[in-house]
Amino acid sequence: MRRLLPHPLLTVTLAILWLLLVNQLSAGHVVLGALLGWLIPFATSDFWPEQIRIRHPLALLRYLAVFLYDIVRGSFQVAALILRGPTRLRPAFIQVPLVLRTDLAISLLANTISLTPGTVSAWLSEDRRTLIVHTLDTGDAAALVTEIKQRYEAPLKQIFEGSE
Amino acid sequence: MLTTVIPIAFALVSLAFLLSFWRLIKGPDAPDRILALDTLYINTLALLVLLGIHLGSAIYFEAALLIAMMGFVGTIALCKYLLRGDIIE
Amino acid sequence: MIDLLLSILILTGAIFTFIGSLGLARLQDFYTRLHGPTKATTLGVGCLLIASALYFSIREEGISLHEVLVTLFLFITAPVSAHLLAKAALHLKLKSLAPPPAQGSDTPPGTH
Repeated sequence: MRRLLPHPLLTVTLAILWLLLVNQLSAGHVVLGALLGWLIPFATSDFWPEQIRIRHPLALLRYLAVFLYDIVRGSFQVAALILRGPTRLRPAFIQVPLVLRTDLAISLLANTISLTPGTVSAWLSEDRRTLIVHTLDTGDAAALVTEIKQRYEAPLKQIFEGSE
Repeated sequence: MLTTVIPIAFALVSLAFLLSFWRLIKGPDAPDRILALDTLYINTLALLVLLGIHLGSAIYFEAALLIAMMGFVGTIALCKYLLRGDIIE
Repeated sequence: MIDLLLSILILTGAIFTFIGSLGLARLQDFYTRLHGPTKATTLGVGCLLIASALYFSIREEGISLHEVLVTLFLFITAPVSAHLLAKAALHLKLKSLAPPPAQGSDTPPGTH
């Protein structure tokens, strides 16, 4: 079973992507999408040996809602900062210590940080324990680190790594 | 309503084009130019989507999708080159 | 009503796209410039794409959802390219308004 269907989640995602791409919902395309969704993970399974497990689907939904809200909030904030002028910015590099260990969770956290208010993730240390983040306008760096850890890292840990 | 909004949107996106283009010429460093190119890709995408709405034709969607993909791959390749001095290891 | 919603979406999208590029042209060092295109422009194009999806769903029969695909793609790729660009800039040690991160053992500025 594991050999034949290595990544069930990826299969479903690919099938949905195929339906979106052809932009119509007919029986033929559902079958074709399912076939592609099976074939691609099967043929490329050597590239992703680890299995993705979502432990808390509800937490994932809540995380997505927070994420979408923060994208909109972040864009408005950055737009306001750009319009206000470059002289009053207080850019800084801050270091965020990570408790996440899996690749997927770390990359999701980095992507989230880049899309949300005033921060872009810039460097992951070699030992994968610190993420360097560039911020556009920081008042209190320690508060920002705490916010990132509470708002994004904790739910990601819960969703992908479970509590220890 | 839509007929007045779309020309304004065209003007704004074209201005965005000019600003990005200015950054592309001015530099001063390679990452700045790559960032300007990346922004130009995204602006092109916006322009194509607007054109699709303006002309009422869905055919521009495929072009927009392709530009999004090519732009991403191009940016990544250039960054890799800056980081390693090589694209394919 | 739908017309109004479409107009608002298109205008918001265009304004954000413009502000993103304005940030690119106006801000003073590479790292702050990076913020404009990654956030404002991505949301701007996202708005335009949603407008397009709405427009074609109303004009033709059947829902047109393939624009969602491009939006999704952009939201996944924008932070990745921003991260790599920042990494390349740190690697090249570009000038920065902010004090650069400590170049100790945990943040080797070189390659592997």
